[in-house]
Amino acid sequence: MEWLRSLLLPVQGSQHAQRVDTLFMAILGLNVFFFLLIAFLAFYCVVRFKRKPGVVTPYITHNLALELIWSVIPTFIVIGIFFWGAAGFLDYRIPPDNAMEISVTGRKWSWAFEYPDGSKFVNQIHIPVGKPVKFTITSDDVLHDFYVPGMRVKHDAIPQRYDAVWFTPMIAGNFNVACTQYCGKDHSKMAGMITIEDQASYEKWLLEGPPEWDELLKTEAGAVQLGKQTYENKGCNSCHSVDGSKVQNGGPTWKGMWGRSEKFEDGGGVVVDEAYVRESVNEPAKHVVQGYQNIMPSFGGGLIRDKEMKGLLAYMRSLK
Amino acid sequence: MATLSSSLSTTSGGHREVDYINAKKGIWSWMTTIDHKRIGVMYLFFVLLSFLIGGLLALVLRLSLFSPDHKIAGSVIFDAETYNRIFTLHGAIMVFMFIIPSIPAALGNFVLPLMLGAKDVAFPRLNLLSFYVYLLGAVMAVSSIVLGAVDTGWTFYTPYSATTNGAVSLMAMAVFTLGFSSIFTGMNFIATVHKLRAPGMGWFDMPLFVWGVYATALIQVLATPVIGITMVLLVIERAWHIGIFDATLGGDPVLFQHFFWFYSHPAVYIMILPGMAIISEIIPTFSQKTMFGYRAIAFSSVAIALIGFLVWGHHMFPNGESTLSALIFSFITFLVAIPSGIKVFNWLATMWRGNIALNAPMLYAISFLLLFGIGGLTGIFLGALSTDVHLHDTYFVVAHFHYVMMGGTVIAFIGGLHYWWPKISGRMYDETSARIACVLIFIGFNVTFGSQFILGSRGMPRRYYNYLPEFQHLHQMSTVGSWILGAGLFLTLACLLASLRGPKNAPDNPWGARTLEWSIQSPPIEHNFHGQPVALHGPYDYRTPLEVGEA
Repeated sequence: MEWLRSLLLPVQGSQHAQRVDTLFMAILGLNVFFFLLIAFLAFYCVVRFKRKPGVVTPYITHNLALELIWSVIPTFIVIGIFFWGAAGFLDYRIPPDNAMEISVTGRKWSWAFEYPDGSKFVNQIHIPVGKPVKFTITSDDVLHDFYVPGMRVKHDAIPQRYDAVWFTPMIAGNFNVACTQYCGKDHSKMAGMITIEDQASYEKWLLEGPPEWDELLKTEAGAVQLGKQTYENKGCNSCHSVDGSKVQNGGPTWKGMWGRSEKFEDGGGVVVDEAYVRESVNEPAKHVVQGYQNIMPSFGGGLIRDKEMKGLLAYMRSLK
Repeated sequence: MATLSSSLSTTSGGHREVDYINAKKGIWSWMTTIDHKRIGVMYLFFVLLSFLIGGLLALVLRLSLFSPDHKIAGSVIFDAETYNRIFTLHGAIMVFMFIIPSIPAALGNFVLPLMLGAKDVAFPRLNLLSFYVYLLGAVMAVSSIVLGAVDTGWTFYTPYSATTNGAVSLMAMAVFTLGFSSIFTGMNFIATVHKLRAPGMGWFDMPLFVWGVYATALIQVLATPVIGITMVLLVIERAWHIGIFDATLGGDPVLFQHFFWFYSHPAVYIMILPGMAIISEIIPTFSQKTMFGYRAIAFSSVAIALIGFLVWGHHMFPNGESTLSALIFSFITFLVAIPSGIKVFNWLATMWRGNIALNAPMLYAISFLLLFGIGGLTGIFLGALSTDVHLHDTYFVVAHFHYVMMGGTVIAFIGGLHYWWPKISGRMYDETSARIACVLIFIGFNVTFGSQFILGSRGMPRRYYNYLPEFQHLHQMSTVGSWILGAGLFLTLACLLASLRGPKNAPDNPWGARTLEWSIQSPPIEHNFHGQPVALHGPYDYRTPLEVGEA
């Protein structure tokens, strides 16, 4: 039956997928049995009781025993299937406590993913094999639906609601993410990809950032784009403006900052360059610019990856 | 009490009286008619026109899906936005303008009073009003294309429908208007069945078509107001930005789905019960055998109508309803499957030891058994919670509901159209071409939608303009199937229309049925019966010839 299963259903990415498939194949068997029964009886009657002149048909109004049989047996069968389906459903709706949590936000027309450390990615993420992952799903605009066929998991992304589904990936590979709640023009292009890989590759990916960033960093414009993304994703924008305005209880604007001479609160000063920016990101308290408070949290320890740092620097340079 | 038209009624007899078609002349006499038969015929015309438009749209969609980039001979057929508008229109026209009114309003209007031995429906003027309200709604729906199109899907899910451009409000009001037409028809039929049965016809002497249409009418009256209110709320939200369904305005988008399916699931039974009702006429007639389990079929229609109100949540398992609701709705969904199963076994048992003739209506009835069988059985995948989560909103669902709606209702409708065609038009259609058309439709249908089951179970989402190359072969198979299906349907149309050119040659009772409509002339006179007919035997009593008494 495995050949039939693999013909009808996608790759099995998780134990949950195996469970769903087992029920799928059981219902398929039931379908085939009852369909053949109906078809056989219909064709048998048509051939065996073909119209002949002069035949008088018997007057049979009902048969209680027969009617009970075909009412009661299907009832028991479908109630059994109800419990089988419900068990699998409860399994997918209740995430385990130790699951890694990734938040998913649908918007026209892409998927935004956020990791527990605040790392954000669009459409493409990696997760480690063999560890439960919980996806908390919401939407920024209209309804979407987070569907991973290979995991047999699907849930609507609803604005201002946060629903969770989870799975434990069993095998490495690329798994498509599709939107299955109609959302307008590019509904069918709202495709994401979850790459499932071993722990070491996953950690390397998370540490260094995705390879697409290398592509971006090859050009200045791409680097600026990555920097702007990082500026928004890491929340720099809540304290630093890029249009020269001053943010209340915030930090200095980035506009024109590159190459500017700044004085420090505790005396001394610097011409803003790569070294000073890197230091301020890792140890913001070390040299606070005059007129500002020591309020910036540290983004050291890998919270901003080196590639993202390069992007930020390019972005700052571009804000003349 | 005298016994009239006995076995003589199977021949056309020599003398024909002026029938309802010729009773009055001129277009005005049709537009102002309160004759249920003429209203039925006018409904039939517009219902078939809607089917033609909706069907052509479907053929265009399938053609465009032949290649993943929508290119035929190097040029793109249409862009994603046009695609979205066309599938919305296809769905809205097929559901609200074709399938819902098809059997009750067209065939039901014509046949129901005849079956009951009545001169007309209980409220003939309301019947005509219902027709004009239908026309008004249809005009509104179609003009929404001209005035900016609608791209929401026929389900109008918020907040997309509350925020997208286009003539959504007009389409919503069209659905509102069409709903009133449906309510009027339902009210009329309920009153007709309660009050206008011929003497001698108790509730369990009624033909099962009447039971089916009666159960349908109950749903029409009780459920349709909900979609009306929902559409008005949607229009209010769009016009004045009052937060009802849009989360950014403080509304709840899931609430819309509850309201929508509270109507639209019972509407599935508005569509399928009349189909089952037709099959319950065709099978005993062409088996020349009494209906097996008459009461079980009658009660199961009512049971489906009632339980059908309690399963709307199965459209929303992965859409944000609570886990407990999902469990309850799944359980009740399985229970509603039982009455449908009972009907199928009863039909088969009726054929058992029958005397079966394979005229076109019977071929359609057997097609119905097989296609509705597949449609119903694949519903088990979708009623079960864990498999539904995988299949929800994929092509599997598309295939499933086409097997039920088209393989079930539309096949039954076409079968019924052939069955009553001699009574409606007074002519016999050409049996050979009707049979060929039926076989073409059966094959084309299975190729078109059978392939979509596999597309869906492999993970192809519905309402997709672009698709992955791995799905191309199955999509192409489906498109080729749609051509065969289209050819069969056009052949059917040609076959029926061609018969109209011939003389009125239909006998009163060409199939040897036992229900009252076959006791009168084909086509009937304006007032149906000469006096008040009296039912002398049950509707499927093949121990005696068709006999009707006179009060």
